[in-house]
Amino acid sequence: MTIHGGIGQSLQRKEDARFIRGKGNYVDDIQLAGMLYLDFTRSPYAHAKITAIRSEKALKVPGVLAVITGKDLDAAKLAWMPTLMSDTQMVLPIDTVKFQGQEVAGVVAENRYAAADGAAAVEIDYEPLPVVTDPVKALQPDSPLVRPEKPKKSNHIWHWEVGDKAGTDALLAKSDVVVHQDFYIPRINVSSIETCGCVASFDPMGRLTMYMTTQAPHAIRTVFALVSGLPEQSIRVISPDIGGGFGGKVPVYPGYVVAIVAALKTGHPVKWVETRTNNLMSSSFARDYHISADIGVTKDGKLTGLKVKTIADHGYADAAANPSKFPAGLFHIITGSYPFEKAFVEVDGVYTNKPPGGIAYRCSFRVTEAAYSIERLVDEVAHKIGMDPAELRLKNFIPPEAFPYHSALGWTYDSGNYGGALKLAMQMVDYPALRREQAEKRKKGEFMGIGISSFTEIVGAGPAHTFDILGLKMFESCEIRIHPTGKVMARFGTKNQGQGHETTYAQILATELGIPAENISIEEGDTDTAPYGLGTYASRSTPTAGAAAVVAARKIRDKAQKIAAHLLEVSPEDLEWKDYKFQVKGVPEKSKTMADVAFAAYTNPAPGVEAGLEAVDYYDPPNMTYPFGSYICVVDIDKGTGAIHIRRFVAVDDCGTVINPMIVEGQIHGGLTMGLAPAMYEQITYDEGGNIRGSSFLDYLVPTSVETPHWETGRTVTPSPHHPIGAKGVGESATVGAPAAIVNAIVDALSPLGVTNIDIPVYPWKVWQILHDKGQT
Amino acid sequence: MASTAIPRLTSPLPIRGATHKIHVTINDVPFDFMVEDRTLLVHFLRDALGMTGTHIGCDTTHCGACTVLLDDVPVKSCTVLAVQADGRKVRTVEGLESGGKLHPVQEGFTTEHGLHCGYCTPGMMMTSVALLAKNPNPTEEEIRRAISGNLCRCTGYVNIVKAIQHAAKASGGGK
Repeated sequence: MTIHGGIGQSLQRKEDARFIRGKGNYVDDIQLAGMLYLDFTRSPYAHAKITAIRSEKALKVPGVLAVITGKDLDAAKLAWMPTLMSDTQMVLPIDTVKFQGQEVAGVVAENRYAAADGAAAVEIDYEPLPVVTDPVKALQPDSPLVRPEKPKKSNHIWHWEVGDKAGTDALLAKSDVVVHQDFYIPRINVSSIETCGCVASFDPMGRLTMYMTTQAPHAIRTVFALVSGLPEQSIRVISPDIGGGFGGKVPVYPGYVVAIVAALKTGHPVKWVETRTNNLMSSSFARDYHISADIGVTKDGKLTGLKVKTIADHGYADAAANPSKFPAGLFHIITGSYPFEKAFVEVDGVYTNKPPGGIAYRCSFRVTEAAYSIERLVDEVAHKIGMDPAELRLKNFIPPEAFPYHSALGWTYDSGNYGGALKLAMQMVDYPALRREQAEKRKKGEFMGIGISSFTEIVGAGPAHTFDILGLKMFESCEIRIHPTGKVMARFGTKNQGQGHETTYAQILATELGIPAENISIEEGDTDTAPYGLGTYASRSTPTAGAAAVVAARKIRDKAQKIAAHLLEVSPEDLEWKDYKFQVKGVPEKSKTMADVAFAAYTNPAPGVEAGLEAVDYYDPPNMTYPFGSYICVVDIDKGTGAIHIRRFVAVDDCGTVINPMIVEGQIHGGLTMGLAPAMYEQITYDEGGNIRGSSFLDYLVPTSVETPHWETGRTVTPSPHHPIGAKGVGESATVGAPAAIVNAIVDALSPLGVTNIDIPVYPWKVWQILHDKGQT
Repeated sequence: MASTAIPRLTSPLPIRGATHKIHVTINDVPFDFMVEDRTLLVHFLRDALGMTGTHIGCDTTHCGACTVLLDDVPVKSCTVLAVQADGRKVRTVEGLESGGKLHPVQEGFTTEHGLHCGYCTPGMMMTSVALLAKNPNPTEEEIRRAISGNLCRCTGYVNIVKAIQHAAKASGGGK
């Protein structure tokens, strides 16, 4: 017995109906009567004192209505705002700018062209100041100070560590082999195809409606209330359709705040939408981790200890969006799929003259940095001791019977079968045949490489005892209303950005309520109607909101059972929920459907039972979930040009119970492409003067259909024991797992030349340089 | 023609610069408009005509979110002035559905899960329509080349390729 659209079916997505007709409703599609446009004059300098701002010429541009500066905001105590990491950042500068492209003056005009003309006409005098863009230099005593107003008088923001330092040192000292490797994980930009933006609008009673590209509408509402002093019930945040989030739409950017001020000042609704260049220069930055690692191993290939030191470049403000207790996110998942006896991790956050960074890039907080490092290290160990990298992994994996597994750095992994995933991936590519082919090719002087990545992720933040953002516990919510005709409206505190929530949540509820998915509507993103939640990022929707849906549905079933008993004139204990109906035990022909019960709930409620059929659940997950997978990448390298051809890429993922196989596979395809991107194409760099190199898609290489290989996928299913339907989350696994597989393959290809590491992104010129230096081309 | 294909004029804005009158056929319906000379076609469609299915994703003609057909040729409407559409035919995503029936490309995208957030989708579909008009039977390689001017951040392209193959098959072609 199945229910149409239930769990496990590749149901076509409900949300597609509007998107394929061009009827999505994204922020820039919103047009309000009398709406004005906001644009910004931006700093050409990475660090400079502002000596004068003159608005007169801008105000003479036809159509320009107002110019807003930091001094104007300062009068209302709004020139600075808190970040989600308890740091402060500027809305608009009062007297100094801290990075190139920083917003300096907001120009409000009747259309976007006039706003851009006005922004170009604002005259600003600067006195350039010394710049530091390298976090290592920033830590030296003679470095320019990025935040001289801070009492610490240092570019060092914080130090964070976890693990057993002395124990790890002792273990490494007695390991047969210790491999040391430095990795730089470059700064990259999320680059969702829709940039960030908003429309701020006040009604005549002073109530603010804020349409904005946010992944966390409720949390943003609370932040706005705390910062602005507006009563929270006078703020409505609406997150309409979002054109990709990937973490870049979690923080609060200055444009949002200035749009609100502009709407107050002019009495008109105000729209602000970033251009791509604005976005690449000032928002949505990820990573920028300088990692130095030591890994120990016995001569027969048993991993022993792991020690990692990291410098985290946060730009001029720590505006990351990590859970409050974790300034380096969940980076201490870095012991990965292996049972290290001891480990130690330390991270130091540093200020530089760059825009705020450190948000996620389609990965749970800093998990890619961790997975990349450990999976690269394990391969290096294998090469060093002359063991096949698959064999080394299979020999070391945490075994299935060891779960729940307590890691050396304090996590409790819920479930896993790492060997199962790797063996399936090896079977799919025919690993032994590939190694034979590689041996043949090496004899002929050809460069072919095979790379493995057997990552463990940590998602679904998170348990309230450990996880909060600005004190808000990271629970998640679902509210279900079953209408008299048996049709369902369910609302969530999360926010879809393309993940397919309108479909998958309906599928969960279809199975739990026995109502076909087409009769279930899902709504998110309007703080006036949806229950409070912390939003969608870090693959948390299915682990948290998906669980809330199940629990809320089961609350409804409990009440419905009483109503069904009343209708069937039996006691509730005589009923069982079977085949999506309430059946009298042993008498299956005597039954009531949920639709029958729903009608009765409003027309014929049972005595002593409240009318209506609704429930809400605020779900506090007991633990994180730990999706995992094994990826194998096969590359061929062109000796003449250094070009890297990905011949095959097989991804075996295990995200526990699968709700919609089509959507899960789609998420993996997309994640793999955002894993390919930093491995081979994307990075944002700055010159010594702090000038950004890569402020348009001319220079920032988002992979197209031509660079992207034909991904192949496989699956194992190891349910999460603590999630009510065993699901773990999947939106980001592939972004986390893919880069190491690709780089391991490239390094494997070049290993006969003595190559042990190439920093990402691995461009063909880097490979060509190696081939050239080694006399191969 | 579906009713959604017709422009819904939004609030008229004051004209601040030099203008031209243009005669343009949008999704098979002829119109005459006064437009400011510097107005880009994409802003004209979105801000003046309220046809917001055509999106904007960059400022350098790289992402393809704004792709429309101009006399049946895919163009990035962020790099075309509205006055350049004078005397020509513009087809947008709103004009794909016909008589309540989805275009095979629209069917392909939803059936094969060729979209996630939906933002690149209209531009991606318009490029696909032009490809299939010219080459009803494209190989995967030809499809990947044809859509290489349209960036997608969500899907990884595999299912977009399948969506276009699905449409080719439904239209009688397909390899």
